[in-house]
Amino acid sequence: MTAVRALILALALLLLPRAAAQAADPRLVPDVSSRAIDIQYSFTGEELLLFGAILYPGQRLPDDRADIVVVLKGPVRPIVLREKQRVAGIWVNASSIRLRTSPGFYAIGSSRPIDKLVDERTAAIFELGLANLSMSPTGFPEAKTLERFEAGLIDLYRRAGLFVENPASVEITEGVLYRARIPVPARVPVGTYRAETYLISRGRVLAVASRDVQIRKAGFERFVALAAERHGFLYGLSAVLLSLVLGYGASAIFRRR
Amino acid sequence: MDLYLPVANLSVNALVIILLGGGVGFLSGMFGVGGGFLTTPLLIFYGIPPTVAAASAATQVTGASVSGALAHLERGGVDLRMGAVLVAGGLIGSLVGAGLFELLTAWGQIDTVINILYVVLLGSVGGIMAREALGALRNMRAGLPAPARKRRHHPMVANLPLRWRFYRSGLYISPLAPLILGIIVGILTMLLGVGGGFIMVPAMIFLLGMGTQVVVGTSLFQILFVTIAATMVHALTTGAVDIVLAGLLLLGSVTGAQIGARFAQRVKPEYLRMALAVIVLLVAARMAVDLFIRPDEIYTVQ
Repeated sequence: MTAVRALILALALLLLPRAAAQAADPRLVPDVSSRAIDIQYSFTGEELLLFGAILYPGQRLPDDRADIVVVLKGPVRPIVLREKQRVAGIWVNASSIRLRTSPGFYAIGSSRPIDKLVDERTAAIFELGLANLSMSPTGFPEAKTLERFEAGLIDLYRRAGLFVENPASVEITEGVLYRARIPVPARVPVGTYRAETYLISRGRVLAVASRDVQIRKAGFERFVALAAERHGFLYGLSAVLLSLVLGYGASAIFRRR
Repeated sequence: MDLYLPVANLSVNALVIILLGGGVGFLSGMFGVGGGFLTTPLLIFYGIPPTVAAASAATQVTGASVSGALAHLERGGVDLRMGAVLVAGGLIGSLVGAGLFELLTAWGQIDTVINILYVVLLGSVGGIMAREALGALRNMRAGLPAPARKRRHHPMVANLPLRWRFYRSGLYISPLAPLILGIIVGILTMLLGVGGGFIMVPAMIFLLGMGTQVVVGTSLFQILFVTIAATMVHALTTGAVDIVLAGLLLLGSVTGAQIGARFAQRVKPEYLRMALAVIVLLVAARMAVDLFIRPDEIYTVQ
């Protein structure tokens, strides 16, 4: 299923410029407010601004205006998703599924609700909307089970601010300039994010443009995280020394008084 | 004041964590316990992932026990031979614990096991402590002297092969007994982020029959080394020690402990023991509730 989807997506993207050229469709000039977000000691989240211009051929606004959809997608990673059930009175993790390509962050904004812009098939091809994320389950879970787990994951991440669906969050000014704010919470995973902008008119995706955004730990936080990851022994030793010094130091200070 | 924790990958209110450490430190200074059994659950309630909470709490207990252990060592309140056997057991235990940790994480049952262990251990230890403290309080009210406890080790311990002399503890028993005790406590340190004093002290008195004058010092000595080992093993296997989190906890707890220790001198020990029993039982009850009511999150990502 995923492979087929990916193939269709690739084909669609391949055909796009040609189709655009034929019909003299509008073009996109996109940008993002920052190419890199640094996570540092007081990081409590940030807002990413996706903005740009729609260039119509002949610089004339057509009667039926195009719509904009913006997507910010975090790095995909394999996860194990567990479900708690009541077993002998207590709540324990009873079943689980593996998802190979679950994004750690996904935010979508649009100038109108997605279902008003494109049909279900197109939305599925371009992975527009949380319901259309393809997360590649391994094994063959039943469709119903998979649906239940995916709904659970979406609900969990939505409340954590890691999955965001916000129709009508894209403003289009004078039909040519668009802007959308995407909230990035403190708990985001680090990695390379993709900011994608879709230009949609009459149910067709006319243009797609994307920019990479790096979300990374910086300074002291980066140093600590790397040390914990790569130099476990030295890191553990420093943690032990810190606690010994603080513990002994405090008692020494208090004893002197 | 928000601060980002680089290993836990989330930002916390630094003041809340320092105060939390301070509160736990106050209690630990007052009662002479490490306080890990309070830190780990409180951090989990606050939203820190359980693994990071347990690992960083173990680091904090090191700091909480170092000054006490040194003080007892100076006063000769540590049976070094007994301590060495316990520490050896603790090292084996922390390695076994690391293996268990990995296995349970792969099965997705680590949280439930941590929870059940807390309920069972704290519930039973708290219950025993409460009963004892009640008896002591009743005797105190009636003006009776505390009944002298007959000191002898458990028959199970007497049956073990091989015997060593532990002069300071006044014992001639098999070293296997403290070794096994050390292993069990080491596993608990690794899994729960507790020093294990609340198990070690009663076990030393009732199972091994150690002389009370070296019980607390030897227990602190063992806690100091085993929490150091647990921190190292966590750093090398789970990578879950958050040094920023541990530092914040330590800032609070080392100061809190000094204030608590001063406070304790003004309160009757019978009341202190009763208060500790109540706190232990409250934590156990809170963890038990979590097992039986529907959790907020049915789904978890790993």
